[in-house]
Amino acid sequence: MTSSGLNLEEKKRGRDEGIPMNYNLSIGLGMVAGVLARLFMLRVDYRQYPTYPHGMVTHLALGFIAALIGSVLVPALVFKQFAAVTFLALAAQEFRQVRNMERETLSKLEEAELVPRGLDYIEGIAKTFEARNYLTMATALTVSGLAVASGWWAALVGALFWLIASQFLMKGKVVGDIAEVVPAELHFQGSLLMVDKIFIMNVGLPEMREKILAEGLAVLIKPRDDNGRATLHHVGQRQAILHTAASLLGTKREIGELEFTPLARKNIDTGEIGLFILPVEKDFDCLREIINRVPVLESASRKPLSTLAGRIAAD
Amino acid sequence: MAVITLNPEMVAGGAPIFIARNEEEQKRIALILSRVLKGMVHDLENGTYIIVKH
Repeated sequence: MTSSGLNLEEKKRGRDEGIPMNYNLSIGLGMVAGVLARLFMLRVDYRQYPTYPHGMVTHLALGFIAALIGSVLVPALVFKQFAAVTFLALAAQEFRQVRNMERETLSKLEEAELVPRGLDYIEGIAKTFEARNYLTMATALTVSGLAVASGWWAALVGALFWLIASQFLMKGKVVGDIAEVVPAELHFQGSLLMVDKIFIMNVGLPEMREKILAEGLAVLIKPRDDNGRATLHHVGQRQAILHTAASLLGTKREIGELEFTPLARKNIDTGEIGLFILPVEKDFDCLREIINRVPVLESASRKPLSTLAGRIAAD
Repeated sequence: MAVITLNPEMVAGGAPIFIARNEEEQKRIALILSRVLKGMVHDLENGTYIIVKH
């Protein structure tokens, strides 16, 4: 479709059917809104994801394509270009690859992490990246559709709505919503490292025990209800907490220094999680803030309380 | 991966066994072996350390 050909026909149709909008403009508006939406969603990502500029370029480019697909859909339908619509649907399928791409990259980087993210965290990040492209597509589609149907002011309202909505859609639950973080006592029973009553590991060398007692930090993560307990039971969720804490506070874990590995273990009776870390910056308040803001992973989230049996069992 | 003990009569088996003369020597051997083998020292609390790869 050349633009001049499209314009002529579109102008004719516009007169015939009362369509108030130039399609080029609707596609343009849709694309701009889509790319803007992707850009805003990408910026917030920095907290969780390495800030390499090439990754950002990749995602902006994909966001551009997603926005193009979304914005062209309505005009293609109006012109009854069903072949084009089919191709667009096929192109949308390609965005599944975004998840694979992120998963592969992060899994490979994982080998170089002393405190790994864990497969669940990686899957969560990969899913998020895929979903954000669909949000971009939806933004472009709505804005271009509104532009075609009601004019540029409706498109602007739609764009604003999606830009704000996408910020809300990005926010999931965090650990602070499902659990409370309180300070805990780090101590040894013989050679066994304990956080309150929770066994963490056996540390053989006395010098290491002294160092752990002097410089280590321990907290209890107390689930607020049975849903929280079931979610924290998931090992992937605990690994995500450990990774975030270790990357923000620093860790003294080193190659061959397994004694300093941060660990999170469960009190099997209460479901509380005892977390031990040997941080570079020993600061309980910071650690509590960090844990509170760790996202609850989609794959770890459990809701036994939404079933009757779960509610009865919780009594 | 390795056993470091003060009581040779208490240990046997497939892993290399190192017999130390006193606690100081035992700790030193355990530290060196754990760094060389990239394993972790565990204390069995009966005069024996073991090195385990996790």
